[in-house]
Amino acid sequence: MTAPRSWNRLPYVAPEAIHALTQRTAVVPESLPRPLLAYGNGRSYGDVCLTEQGTLLLTRGLDRFIEFDPQRGVLRCEAGVTLGEILTLVVPRGWFLASTPGTRLVTVGGAVANDVHGKNHHAVGSFGHHVRALELWRSDGSVIECRPENDNRWLSATIGGLGLTGLIRWVELQLMPIQNPWMWVESQRFGNLDEFWALNQRAESCWPYTVAWIDCLAKGNAQGRGILLAGQHASAQTELPTFKEGSKRFPFDPPFSLVNGLSLRAFNTLYYRQPVTPQGSLTHYVPYFYPLDAIQDWNRIYGRRGFYQYQCVIPPREAEAATAALLDTISRRGEGSFLAVLKTFGHKPSLGMLSFPRPGTTLALDFPNRGDKTLGLLEELDAIVREAGGTLYPGKDARMSATLFQSGYPQWEAFNDYVDSSFSSRFWQRVTS
Amino acid sequence: MNSLKRVIVFGATSAIAEYTARQLVAQGASLYCVGRNRDKLMALIDDLKVRASDHQHIDGEVADLTDSGQHAHLIDTAEQVLGGIDGVLIAHGTLPDQQACQADAAKTRQEIEINALSVINLLTLLANRLEQQRHGVIAVISSVAGDRGRQSNYVYGAAKGMLSIFLQGLRNRLVKASVDVVTIKPGFVDTPMTAEFDKSGPLWAKPEQIAKGIIKAMQKGKGEVYLPWFWWGIMLIIKHIPEAIFKRMSL
Ligand SMILES: Cc1cc2nc3c(=O)[nH]c(=O)nc-3n(C[C@H](O)[C@H](O)[C@H](O)COP(=O)(O)OP(=O)(O)OC[C@H]3O[C@@H](n4cnc5c(N)ncnc54)[C@H](O)[C@@H]3O)c2cc1C
Ligand SMILES: NC(=O)c1ccc[n+]([C@@H]2O[C@H](COP(=O)([O-])OP(=O)(O)OC[C@H]3O[C@@H](n4cnc5c(N)ncnc54)[C@H](OP(=O)(O)O)[C@@H]3O)[C@@H](O)[C@H]2O)c1
Repeated sequence: MTAPRSWNRLPYVAPEAIHALTQRTAVVPESLPRPLLAYGNGRSYGDVCLTEQGTLLLTRGLDRFIEFDPQRGVLRCEAGVTLGEILTLVVPRGWFLASTPGTRLVTVGGAVANDVHGKNHHAVGSFGHHVRALELWRSDGSVIECRPENDNRWLSATIGGLGLTGLIRWVELQLMPIQNPWMWVESQRFGNLDEFWALNQRAESCWPYTVAWIDCLAKGNAQGRGILLAGQHASAQTELPTFKEGSKRFPFDPPFSLVNGLSLRAFNTLYYRQPVTPQGSLTHYVPYFYPLDAIQDWNRIYGRRGFYQYQCVIPPREAEAATAALLDTISRRGEGSFLAVLKTFGHKPSLGMLSFPRPGTTLALDFPNRGDKTLGLLEELDAIVREAGGTLYPGKDARMSATLFQSGYPQWEAFNDYVDSSFSSRFWQRVTS
Repeated sequence: MNSLKRVIVFGATSAIAEYTARQLVAQGASLYCVGRNRDKLMALIDDLKVRASDHQHIDGEVADLTDSGQHAHLIDTAEQVLGGIDGVLIAHGTLPDQQACQADAAKTRQEIEINALSVINLLTLLANRLEQQRHGVIAVISSVAGDRGRQSNYVYGAAKGMLSIFLQGLRNRLVKASVDVVTIKPGFVDTPMTAEFDKSGPLWAKPEQIAKGIIKAMQKGKGEVYLPWFWWGIMLIIKHIPEAIFKRMSL
């Protein structure tokens, strides 16, 4: 059987066994080799969802809804349900996910385990803030129902817990009311990083959703130029446009990455030059939140060798200088990224012991895997991040050093007490050794 | 076109039946679901209730379908709860361990009981009822394995083959009563039944996909359908290999 992979197709490792779960209360057979690790929909970039030992427990078969209260917007579902499946159910009934990442093809269990964040982090915090309860299965056979009001410890270990505290069987979410499936979106160009900081601060104070795309190849005065998108759920409208979702698939595995210096420069320039709508316009929630979901298997564009995603967060005080330094290094190396995303996190403290979101600025980039050359660049970036007191996102990491992880997640040793002794991942072995 | 507003699903907890049930509910159907495992059935019914609108009825009951004494009662209750029957899907089955069946005649009989006789018992009762009301559609999940006996699973194949032939006759009888009888013949489907199989080949289908085909076939009142369609070609070839050659092949 072909081994499940992570989204960036790196590292390429196979577990000893694979076991598909289909019933949330079914026993996990004793005969399966340990350690265990849940695998949701493999949308992490790296090895938090991979293991070379033991068994991967596939959770996509746990895809049932359990209870929905359309008056209060409370939904309980099994951990393998995807965010897309939830939206299909709840949007027509006037509800939306309070927090969502940039793809709806992730499972609820995966969203909890990485405590994922969305474009509205500054307004509502991360995914974990909207979890009302969850059920955790431990390999000793015990089952823990965690709620913020009674058992905070297990909840704060499991939110952002990278799948190491056991198997999440179901999750209960608080949803957010909406009037219709549309978004009101304003986009604005900014000519460099300084303009970004000013524009972003204004946008954050009046919009629930903000995110910026930047051209990470631009140099000098234009360094950090880009487009800021600010959005909110549309108010009740007398008339709405129609929306039909298309679906395309990237059809093959090119032997080498189609993302290279030339295509990057062209793409980044074109993107920057696209028409913006500072006066605002209505956009359906699907293309607004999930532009990449429109092309299935888009990750294949990077070729067989896969790619690295690099997402860091820099504390507010150091944010401006360190962001400039990161962009300097990248453009000097000519190693730009298709999707350089810049956003500031809000001040709501994350609930998880190992949650990534924290006050500061987060920059996300991806780089085709060119072996040592790419790893060298990433180490240079690490140095800037470390110097600035920042850290990296485990859900998007395939190579950070143990010291970088441990300095960014000072609670990691206390967290160890909650790790299920029969669960582990390649990531965890890497950063704790 | 058969409208599928009120449907009974036997063996509802099967992966293929579960996805069929979800898609039926999405199209506005009310369902009565029968399965033998309480936890699984309750999880399924809860899920369908969340998906259904207030106007749809979702209900069901736990029963082991080899207990044929229960069949009439199950059909009665379903008919009452749903307020009538437009469609029936029979999906339950087991994939026996062929070696175990070869070693034990009782095991062989038991597998034929589950995969063929329990279904034929249900069909006999359902046929009379639908014949009388003169409308409706009955779909049964048989298998490509019923098209020809092979050393690797001929007990299962024989039971499914018996079903397929029974359904042919029933279809022939009920056409006069405007009742459609649909034989579903899936190939390899990725479900708990095939959990132990290596699924890397190109022939494996997802249960969602099969579910879609089942609903289409029920709506259109098709006779026999291979799912996915290409199994029609594969089985055409397999059925036409001369027995003198076939008996020496290891399939
Ligand atoms: C296009 C794209 C855009 C993205 N945008 C964002 C973004 O904006 N913000 C953001 O935060 N992330 C983003 N991500 C990353 C993604 O949201 C996370 O990696 C997410 O956790 C993936 O979920 P998954 O279901 O695929 O889980 P997997 O990747 O399969 O697993 C992730 C982790 O969850 C654990 N896990 C999964 N299910 C369970 C369970 N039932 N019980 C216990 N542990 C479990 C796994 O063990 C693993 O540690 C993006 C990814 C892509 C591909
Ligand atoms: N998967 C394939 O490749 C494939 C190919 C061709 C045909 N089929 C047929 O498709 C149908 C559905 O199977 P599936 O693939 O969806 O597998 P599945 O998920 O294992 O479903 C089989 C279901 O039948 C139920 N069942 C077995 N004996 C029963 C009994 N005595 N009373 C009530 N329910 C009983 C099982 O209940 P429990 O859950 O309680 O065990 C299970 O829910 C079966 O008829 C199978 O033969 C499958």
